[in-house]
Amino acid sequence: MRTTEICVIGAGPAGLCAAIAAREMGARVTCVDSGTRPGGQLVKQTHKFFGSRGQFAGRRGIDIARMLAAQVEGDPMVELMLESTVVGFYDDGTLGIEREDRVTFLKPERVICATGASERMLAFPGNDLPGVYGAGAVQTLMNVHGVRPGRAALMVGAGNIGLIVSYQLLQAGVEVVAVVEAMPNIGGYEVHARKIRRAGVPVLTSHTVKAAHGTRVVEGATICALGSDFEPVPGTDRRFQVDTICLAVGLTPLADLLWQAGCRMAYIPELGGHVALRDDNYETSRPGVYVAGDLAGIEEASSAMIEGTLAGLAAARSLGYTRPDVDERLAAARAELAALRAGPKGEKVRRGIERLMRLGKEVGVFA
Amino acid sequence: MTDDAMRITVHPILEFKRGRKVKFTFDGQELEGYEGEPIAAALHAAGVRVLRESPKLKRPRGFFCAIGNCSSCLMTVDGRPNVRVCIERLREGMRVETQRGKGVLLAND
Repeated sequence: MRTTEICVIGAGPAGLCAAIAAREMGARVTCVDSGTRPGGQLVKQTHKFFGSRGQFAGRRGIDIARMLAAQVEGDPMVELMLESTVVGFYDDGTLGIEREDRVTFLKPERVICATGASERMLAFPGNDLPGVYGAGAVQTLMNVHGVRPGRAALMVGAGNIGLIVSYQLLQAGVEVVAVVEAMPNIGGYEVHARKIRRAGVPVLTSHTVKAAHGTRVVEGATICALGSDFEPVPGTDRRFQVDTICLAVGLTPLADLLWQAGCRMAYIPELGGHVALRDDNYETSRPGVYVAGDLAGIEEASSAMIEGTLAGLAAARSLGYTRPDVDERLAAARAELAALRAGPKGEKVRRGIERLMRLGKEVGVFA
Repeated sequence: MTDDAMRITVHPILEFKRGRKVKFTFDGQELEGYEGEPIAAALHAAGVRVLRESPKLKRPRGFFCAIGNCSSCLMTVDGRPNVRVCIERLREGMRVETQRGKGVLLAND
């Protein structure tokens, strides 16, 4: 059976940073990803990032993906397995990896899980019609494959993804009739909201999609206002002619492998759903299995990169590798995460992580 | 809707490098797409949004996640059912069909 020191599952921002950090410590890394190119969801992110300079603020996601990938591609110590999906996590730590309909096995000494997240659905009549797409799917179709999702779209959700993808729809020449947001306030950054408002797109808070219309595909959508009880306000229905409805109503961690691995999980709504209990090094209750990125709790690519670095350093150190600056780098990563989560927009995540860490201590998995 | 209407040719940030043009069939009808792009992208550009029929209620289904996670886009490709066309790459001469029902495994699979 093939072996490796550290297997990183997922080559998105978290996984690539984990691979780079572990490699820098001297570990042999195998990085497995189901996509055709490394970068995960960064490959469709055309907007410039915020955050700090350490996480490439001011750069576009597509460029960050290239920069990170360039650091592992061609490195003899990092094996990059693309178009490969980890489908099994066996009791003895062996991973089953599917590629071109064949499953091969790999036994790593450490695993860093960075599988990311999937998009949430929303319940409304007609939500299964072709034309109701995840906002991320629309981003992939437009920004990776160069195809417009339709001619006119309704965006559901005014978090950062909803706001950013609305702007990207406009850039691709698609009309955006409105952005609706069930909450009374905009979840994403004001700067993103202002950009689309300036382009004439109304951002309607306390509004939601009531129904999608059409027999074979989406031909229209009805929206309505929501009261403080989140119930529809009678008489506020408005119908739009759209062929696309984008759902940007949140993400949930893709945790299937962690369940298979037997990691202790907890349901933390603030972190997007079921996440693994973990310690400060992002090691789960199963020794030698680490998490990073959206899988560890839904946040942003900037925090995913730092978590990946942290997990990569910690996993390599646990194998006996070291560098003179490893403690310094671990401390710096923790400080950067704290800085990113500071402020009112990070309040929910902070609350979620506090709960997660408390639970970890309560069940006695971590000291 | 024509191919040209849905393809993005001018974009403020991106430049699209497309493969060579290839022909394939969708339910017997000849269509064109670019080699290596996902089958779903080629179909969408050609105006095809309904990819399969739900097994029980026979409702039309399109893609949803576009990254191979959700299984909304399963189609029959070259006789093989349950192919995730949002990530399966287009090749010359592919026979792509609307999937009805759950599909039957090919004998040699």
